[in-house]
Amino acid sequence: MLELGKFARSAKMLLAIGAMLFVAACAQTQPDGLKGNVAPGTGQDFVVNVGDRVYFEEDQSTVNAQAQATLDKQSQWLAKYSKYTITIEGHADERGTRQYNIALGARRAAAARDYLVSRGVSASRIKTISYGKERPVAVCNDNSCWSQNRRAVTVLNNVTN
Amino acid sequence: MRDVPSYARFLSRLKTAAAACLLTAAAALPAAPALALIEIDVTQGQIEPMPVALPSFGAEGGDPKLSQDMTAVIAADLKRSGLFNPLDPASFIQKNMNVNTTPRFGDWRTIGAQALVSGSVTKQADGRLRAEFRLWDVFASEQMLGQQFYTTPENWRRLAHIIADAIYERLTGEKGYFDTRIVFVDETGPKDKRVKKLAIMDQDGANVRYLTRGDDLVLTPRFSPTSQEITYMSYGAADPSVYLLNIETGQREIVGNFPGMTFAPRFSPNGQQVIMSLQQGANANIFTMDLRSRKTTRLTNSAAIDTSPSFSPDGKRVVFESDRGGSQQLYVMNANGGNAQRISFGPGRYSTPVWSPRGDLIAFTKQHQGRFMIGVMKPDGKGERILTEGYHNEGPAWSPNGRVLVFFRDTPGANGGPQVWTVDLTGYNEQRVATPAFASDPSWSPLID
Repeated sequence: MLELGKFARSAKMLLAIGAMLFVAACAQTQPDGLKGNVAPGTGQDFVVNVGDRVYFEEDQSTVNAQAQATLDKQSQWLAKYSKYTITIEGHADERGTRQYNIALGARRAAAARDYLVSRGVSASRIKTISYGKERPVAVCNDNSCWSQNRRAVTVLNNVTN
Repeated sequence: MRDVPSYARFLSRLKTAAAACLLTAAAALPAAPALALIEIDVTQGQIEPMPVALPSFGAEGGDPKLSQDMTAVIAADLKRSGLFNPLDPASFIQKNMNVNTTPRFGDWRTIGAQALVSGSVTKQADGRLRAEFRLWDVFASEQMLGQQFYTTPENWRRLAHIIADAIYERLTGEKGYFDTRIVFVDETGPKDKRVKKLAIMDQDGANVRYLTRGDDLVLTPRFSPTSQEITYMSYGAADPSVYLLNIETGQREIVGNFPGMTFAPRFSPNGQQVIMSLQQGANANIFTMDLRSRKTTRLTNSAAIDTSPSFSPDGKRVVFESDRGGSQQLYVMNANGGNAQRISFGPGRYSTPVWSPRGDLIAFTKQHQGRFMIGVMKPDGKGERILTEGYHNEGPAWSPNGRVLVFFRDTPGANGGPQVWTVDLTGYNEQRVATPAFASDPSWSPLID
């Protein structure tokens, strides 16, 4: 259930980038139903059909099984679409102090990078950056939001579409 | 007499050795040495604030509004310190106090005043302001202090703070901290799209000035102890980096040429080094850079997050936070990086340590059971005291006299945001510093003196 919820929120983000085609699919909250309306190899394809982010436990940077599954799909997609370089943005929730969270976000980005490299993505294609607790995506005051903010987001750098 | 130094000069170690001259009114006796009756013991925790009478300074043909405003700034400084209780002017029996006449002490004793300040502000022919004041011991019927100052009219608030500092110092035996500024991060916009700007204000929240425009995310500004510079972290370059910014000229530069993100900067006590963290992969380690030679030195080399370094005031040691033992704790090491010893052992996580300018205490943020606290401990870790506790308190910084901590307090939820607060090192007298918007990461300027 939690995963479905997260996916629904990811889908909501797509609306923000103007992918009007997804409105119906989003309302149905059917993860698999989103496929098909996106051109393969595009930034939308990556976000919708692969998943651009992985989540971490509180004060942890371990890539858990669920995150591994997402990163596996990312590595396969990146192998197919080799024109892209990526930036992995590491983030922390707000329930920590600023400097530590900057380092914690960096540690999460590094963990995601290391996993992708272990799956064959060239390290030279990957840059990392940490935003600490400065860029939350969810702003409520409980773990349902904080858990979404403890994330590493893979951003395609040279997207033209 | 002395001139109020310009901001460009006041940090250049321009000590007021020439000091303020004692006014010598015919009726005024020499300042008495220690008068037990009227001096405040600031080592105590919650004390009864000293009743002080501050009748509005005379204008003597000058600007009565300005005289009133200056008196109000002095009274507000003293009141906010928690050590003084400025009395209601409506209770004053002696009206129209004149700085050149001896007060009717009986009238002031009757209303319970222990100290009395009389003063005047006049404009000179050359356009400058001339302010003078006398501090009276009401019970001893004696003048304790008399000084006069000259400055340009736009400096009137500084002049008021300088007078408040003189009163504070004479009555407490400690340096004041009113003629100081606080650099902070101004925060506007929704929580998930915050715009952050560097800003600077007087310690009482007046004269806010923005130092950046908000294009780049900026964090953790810290004052130089010796120059008109701040060091801070900014995004915008390929890697987020530590910068120097001259607040007079607006000139800025990246500190060093490090292979990765640098963050959590602070100056060394002599102002010649910046100490900071460098992120390398999953690890953050502590480095210094000498601002003259540009030489960088590694202080820690751990597979951990070592950050928030802060020098002791003698420059010989560094306190920092590290999760090398499994969770965030405080460590003290030599300034060359050797001999790191853990000093925090209580339940919870400890972070953002900062060494008191007096050297005797280290302030920190502590997280325990979902609460965020500001506390102090001795440099050997003993004597931990929590000064304030709540949903989220973070990032203490010391007043230059080591008496007050400024920090930020965040509130939860989508509409929540940080505000700047101060608390006395005894844990009393919490005060919010009014800011134009949300505000975080406050850092105090050095004592101007």
